[in-house]
Amino acid sequence: MISLAGRDILHSWGKFVFTGVGLGLLIGATLTMAGVYRGMVDDAQVLLANSGADIWVVQQDTLGPYAEPSSLRDDAYRAVLGMPGVARAANVTYLNMQVQQGDRDVRVMVVGFEPGQPGEPGYLVAGRRITRGHYEAVADVRTGFRLGDRIRIRRHDYTMVGLTRRMVSSGGDPMVFIPLRDAQEAQFLKDNDAIVNERARTAANPSLNRPGVPGLLEAIQASQTSSRSVNAVLVQVQPGQDAEAVAAPIRRWKHLEAYTRAQMEEILVAKLIATSAKQISMFLVILAVVSAAIVAFIIYTMTLGKIREIAVLKLIGTRSRTIAGMILQQALGLGFIGFVVGKISSALWAPFFPKYVLLLPADAVRSFIAVMIICAIASTLAIRAALRVDPATAIGG
Amino acid sequence: MKANLPSRRTGLALLGIVLLAAFLFVVARTGPFAPTRVTVTEVKSGNVAPALFGIGTVEARRAYLIGPTAAGRVLRVAVDVGEAVKAGQLLAEMDPVDLDQRVGALDASIARAASAAAAADAQRQDALARRELAALNAKRYVDLGGQKFVSPSVVEAKQQEQTSAEAAASAAEANLAAARQDATRLRAEREGLRRQRQNIRLVAPADGVVTARDAEPGSTVVAGQAVVRLVDPASLWLRVRFDQGRSAGLAAGLPAEIALRSRPGRPLAGKVQRLELLGDSVTEERIAQIAFEQMPEGIAIGELAEVTLRLPAGKAGLVLPNASLRRHGGETGVWVVRDGTLRFTPLRSGAADLEGNVEVFDGLQAGDRVVVHSEAELSADSRIRVVDAIVGQGK
Repeated sequence: MISLAGRDILHSWGKFVFTGVGLGLLIGATLTMAGVYRGMVDDAQVLLANSGADIWVVQQDTLGPYAEPSSLRDDAYRAVLGMPGVARAANVTYLNMQVQQGDRDVRVMVVGFEPGQPGEPGYLVAGRRITRGHYEAVADVRTGFRLGDRIRIRRHDYTMVGLTRRMVSSGGDPMVFIPLRDAQEAQFLKDNDAIVNERARTAANPSLNRPGVPGLLEAIQASQTSSRSVNAVLVQVQPGQDAEAVAAPIRRWKHLEAYTRAQMEEILVAKLIATSAKQISMFLVILAVVSAAIVAFIIYTMTLGKIREIAVLKLIGTRSRTIAGMILQQALGLGFIGFVVGKISSALWAPFFPKYVLLLPADAVRSFIAVMIICAIASTLAIRAALRVDPATAIGG
Repeated sequence: MKANLPSRRTGLALLGIVLLAAFLFVVARTGPFAPTRVTVTEVKSGNVAPALFGIGTVEARRAYLIGPTAAGRVLRVAVDVGEAVKAGQLLAEMDPVDLDQRVGALDASIARAASAAAAADAQRQDALARRELAALNAKRYVDLGGQKFVSPSVVEAKQQEQTSAEAAASAAEANLAAARQDATRLRAEREGLRRQRQNIRLVAPADGVVTARDAEPGSTVVAGQAVVRLVDPASLWLRVRFDQGRSAGLAAGLPAEIALRSRPGRPLAGKVQRLELLGDSVTEERIAQIAFEQMPEGIAIGELAEVTLRLPAGKAGLVLPNASLRRHGGETGVWVVRDGTLRFTPLRSGAADLEGNVEVFDGLQAGDRVVVHSEAELSADSRIRVVDAIVGQGK
């Protein structure tokens, strides 16, 4: 049996292929938008996964450390380590800043971590882990830094000894990991001018700079420039322990806030990125609707363009089923080409986005089904138009 | 029209094949079906030369705060910051207030005491002369009394005169001694004042360099407050803090490599001079003093320095890069690649050096291939593709 659809496509293959590719690029844009949304949520989740923590202990009554600022004394972790069910606990600091490298600067999140403890990068793509207690750094490859680079964070130069991947803040900024002590200094120690001014201000205060008490001023100034704060304590619970059961006594007896993984995810996904995620998803919905409409119109107009040929077919006594089948096959074929081109194009351009674009296979399957359904529905409109056509138009014109 | 239908068909089929191939390629190389790229290394046996790394500041082992022992006003300061001074050199002087006048008063008192002693001496001479005369008289009358020329009462009167004259002589002697002691006391008092006068002259206790001039003439300082500070530049060393967690093996006598912040590219040789018994419990650090083998020129107190200590290499064992150590299921270990499949092997790690090599125990044999770098977190059913490097190796 001869395939009417195939013959028709062969007849006007240029039109068919280019329509399919155009449709594909549109589907690719929709898929990419879905990827942007998924990537955004994934950034938040990967932040939690990479910290390796089961519980985040932060300042009381705050949603820290990611959604709100939080400040703890750096010896709080010892008290937490003594709580039942806690396997490991480590201090960590987070600081969003621009990092200078040569004559360009990069927006990064500087993480202060204790080597070998929760909070350190889980895997590296190049180089080694930090071995010195100071002035070494590991960065996400997205920062553009390379092994051996010297970067400046506040007062000190750091040597890049390792690179990692997919270590980002909830906002998608790549992370730079430096030793905790350096990070504490970077976060809380002011620049030189501010320190000198502060010293002068203290020295000018007569109640702090008393003539009869030598050494008092020096003691006060020394205490002003030390920093004993961190942003959070990351806790891993012992195997088999329920995180919430471990977190509850920390909240109750240590007067600190403790969030479990589920609560933290809720804070990040539902509170921190909620608005921007909704923004993207709104746009995604509109884009999907517009794409569906365009697919439908293209198929409809393609059919209308062939109305004279269909009338001829009817005139020579072709059955309606055959005509309907031809239109449906063409529509589904167009949809299939569109989907394949869309999937390829989205996968090709996704790595060039500045932020992470996550293309889920489930999304692809869903969009494939949606494209096929939309094509089928659109073809029914076209089929109705084709079946209603009067065979006489073939001759009359 | 009909003639080129087959060629069109081949064209379309080719296009379809290319599209499908691209599609399959994309599906296979991106997303969850893509293999994770990893780099692997062979477990080698070797020995790790552990090293310790610490941060310190240049400090003076011997620093002197020069100030008065009693509250007073600064009269003058003779030296300025940066001057080299010798032991005993005058650095500053406190206002003596009335000390000089009191010395003058004592000088006058001493002169007067000398006069009093002279008077007492004259009186003594007189008393001695009287005693001699009384003794002669008494002797003469005793002889006359023996020959009965005079009555015994006259003899007794003369004897009594002699006793009185002797007593007067003793009194005169005592007076003289008292006058001399008085003079001695006054001289001692004057010496004390002179010492006090010297004490308010602040002199250098040792050779050194002035690092601070804390009070200017006219300002009042309390006892113990510094007017001038000195350090001994030959005694500069580093006070270095080592993370407690990485301080095993820290001991006096270890050779050190010192990188001063002002000259990071030119490391200096040093030695651990002293390891403090007291660690810092708040910062969780240990403190050691590191001396320079040879004192560098132009070094400043308070300068930051990075210190690397090389410990003697341990026994030979299995050595891995530290990037290969992962945590998986609450344990530390490595991913061993065997016949293209991954297996997590928990192990213990030992000594580590600063270049990122770690000594490992248990579970591995030399020649095992383990994952070093990976693009993503691995699990036992991850599909992997072994590559030489995941990203460019940089400079």
